Amino acid sequence: MIGQVGGALAGGPVIPTFGTTSKCVLQNRTFCWDWFKDRWSSTFVPALLQHIQLSVIAVVIGFAIAFVLAVAAHRARWVIAPVTFFTSLLYTVPSLAAFEILVPITGINYFTVEIALVSYTLLILFTNTLAGLSGVSPEVLDAATGIGLTRTQALLRVELPLALPTIIAGIRVAVVTIISLTTVAAYVVPAGLGKIIFDAIGNSVFNTAFIGAGVLCILLALVADALFAGLQRVLTPWAAARRGG
Amino acid sequence: MPVAATGTAAPLEFRDVTKSFPGMETPALDHLSFEVPAGEVCVLVGPSGCGKTTAMRLVNRMIDMTSGDILIDGKSIKGSQPADLRRAIGYVIQHVGLFPHKNILDNITVVPKLLGWDRKRCAERAEELLELISLPQEMGSRYPSQLSGGQRQRVGVARALAADPPLMLMDEPFGAIDPINRDRLQNEFLRLQQAIKKTVVFVTHDIDEAIKMGDRIAILREGGDLVQFDTPDRILAEPADDFVARFVGADRGLKRLALTKLDEIDLENATVVREGESVGLEAANGTGNVVLVDNDGRPVGDLRGHQMSAVRAADARPLERTLRSTDSLRDALSMMMTDSLRPLLVLDAEGRVAGYVSIDLINDALRRVRGDNHSDSGINLEKTAAT
Amino acid sequence: MSNDFVKGFTFISDRSDLVLNRLGSHLVLSAESVLIAVVIGVPLGVFLGHIHRFSFLAINVSNIGRALPSVAVLAIFLPVFGIGDTDVIIALVILAAPPILTNAYVAVDQVDPDTVDAAKGIGLRPLQVLLKVEMPLALPLIFAGIRTSAVFVVATATLAGIFGGGGLGDIISNRESFGLDGVIGASYVLIALAFASQLLFISFEKLITPRGLRGTRQGAPGRLRRQGAAALPGRGVPAALETQPE
Repeated sequence: MIGQVGGALAGGPVIPTFGTTSKCVLQNRTFCWDWFKDRWSSTFVPALLQHIQLSVIAVVIGFAIAFVLAVAAHRARWVIAPVTFFTSLLYTVPSLAAFEILVPITGINYFTVEIALVSYTLLILFTNTLAGLSGVSPEVLDAATGIGLTRTQALLRVELPLALPTIIAGIRVAVVTIISLTTVAAYVVPAGLGKIIFDAIGNSVFNTAFIGAGVLCILLALVADALFAGLQRVLTPWAAARRGG
Repeated sequence: MPVAATGTAAPLEFRDVTKSFPGMETPALDHLSFEVPAGEVCVLVGPSGCGKTTAMRLVNRMIDMTSGDILIDGKSIKGSQPADLRRAIGYVIQHVGLFPHKNILDNITVVPKLLGWDRKRCAERAEELLELISLPQEMGSRYPSQLSGGQRQRVGVARALAADPPLMLMDEPFGAIDPINRDRLQNEFLRLQQAIKKTVVFVTHDIDEAIKMGDRIAILREGGDLVQFDTPDRILAEPADDFVARFVGADRGLKRLALTKLDEIDLENATVVREGESVGLEAANGTGNVVLVDNDGRPVGDLRGHQMSAVRAADARPLERTLRSTDSLRDALSMMMTDSLRPLLVLDAEGRVAGYVSIDLINDALRRVRGDNHSDSGINLEKTAAT
Repeated sequence: MSNDFVKGFTFISDRSDLVLNRLGSHLVLSAESVLIAVVIGVPLGVFLGHIHRFSFLAINVSNIGRALPSVAVLAIFLPVFGIGDTDVIIALVILAAPPILTNAYVAVDQVDPDTVDAAKGIGLRPLQVLLKVEMPLALPLIFAGIRTSAVFVVATATLAGIFGGGGLGDIISNRESFGLDGVIGASYVLIALAFASQLLFISFEKLITPRGLRGTRQGAPGRLRRQGAAALPGRGVPAALETQPE
């Protein structure tokens, strides 16, 4: 399976072996389909899966943390300022630098990558989750507690469902951002589709690698974006009703 | 659970209730005391800042009182957990607060579900309620955003009634509705109340709404001061002080007249003749209230001031203005003013002659303060003198 | 290690000519990219907004733009342009143009229709309406979009260092040559640059906001609040930090 948190990294070699003598490869044409096809399951698919795994872990952990913070901030307004300040700070650090700074401390592994990635998700997810909760109109909340829902029941049955569209919107942005940042991480911690790209730059500029990994990465991001956009629509039947039902 | 969601209406008592907010020098409510008998609508009315909404929100513990007690059916509200208490109290607010993400049926059955009713019972209750509020059953699967403001508020009332609570709180429920629909909703609610007879605490800033909706009115002034607590008629007839007199308006005489219907007073007798009969001198010169009717007893014309032996249809003056017994004294006065205050004919529900109403009758009615229907149910205006 | 955070400052002063040089090329790179993106995005967005058509496209183009992973975009043009300036600029333009276009579109599209109607009513021709009425009113929001993009470009141009475009990324991506203090030092400069450009744009926006619009919804530096434009990058992120930190 794929590397565990804190463990060493696993990955396949990307350097094109000029032993495979297809003319396309030797001439380093823009895109060599044969080479790509050859390496599909040995190189590209694992890299893609690795990329997905890294991104998903980051967003899941980031969301868990941001969610707790947002609910707390929703109940106790004083939490908002310090959390916003801190997560903004994390967000400002240039990603490349962040990875470079962490490596001496935590080593070249998934853990390092995840620390940085999670930090970057926090601002977006916290802000959007809080915005979603705050966006519930006060009368609805007043009615909810007034007719006898406890604070927790109101949160779970009324506030969260109504906040869901905004929360999903936030996750959507976080996911594409993280997919992008994971690519950058590969410069320091070789993993995912970024690894293929940076290896190709480092050793010998090999075009097919760029196109192959680049396009795959873009497709991954666009598919994820569309997925969450669709999820947003599906989870809000009442908004759909307003639109046309 | 001290206060239970039973069907029968429960009496409500405010006992020396005081509420102070931090940072305010004077309390919002100061030793407020009054009692609402079971099944009555008590309207809390007053200018903004008088504490009426605060008082209402103390009942379901949306706010907690500083001192004093509130008793529902003799039991203190402090004895229940707030959430439990609220499930036994209907709560209707101005902007309704329906849950946008649930359809109408789910909105209505929120509290029953919380109380553990099974699906079948909830569905039946929802059906019942939709009928009660005159909404078609198909509306049940719609979402709040697809309903008009008036429909939404009706659903709000249905939601409040779902678990059949003994007490209802309504905070300016029709305030956000346009005047025409507000009138309709008020009438519908009154009809509803006739049928189900809940104890209701109704908050409004509109004195006319208070007079229309309330069995009893509590007038509060700024500072939570209960100035008068009485039936609408007595408040209009005998305002406790200048403030109340000004608050109810200079036209309180007219307002009082609006409260009484023609079928509630003794009308002047009308002499009824058919074609061919004779009108005697006494009848002609007396009250002058002679009416020609057809074979069904329905009026054809006015024979006032005529003395004749054989009445013919052509002798009668056609009736231009008549009133119904369901009209109010105010409607009567209004119509009389278009004809030099002459007496007017009043017809009953079937269109037959009920009698005549004259300006003297109206004067009498004004002088008489309408009696309280309920035996003395303790109109407590205990205000311990603030020191 | 924590020492490096302090040494970062000494790096800046010790190697000031290097830092300044890279800062210079970073700025030039960013400015060129933003300029081109503006030339492409603003006229197109304004035009579409003026005719109130293709809204789905105009709004969603920034959704797509936001989703594009920067490194991937930089990579796919390498075969054509090779490592160096050109590749970086093209990639940055592709990443920067969408939000500029969307903002320009929404800015013009959302000009008060009554105002436009009045303008037509008193006899202004379509082009005059656009130039004399719609543009001035839309300008604050257009610039807000340019600002968002600019700050993003400044951050992302760091990657140019890996792809041969120079800039501060040259230092940040090269821990072997410049050490951790170098990386940190260059990062300080980068962060400062990002904030500075942010502030610069905000002040500029305040200046060009027509006096009558200041403090209103259409005045800068407002942010688009429409639900439909949830697509815009930076939504959910404080205005001060609408960057993608690359």
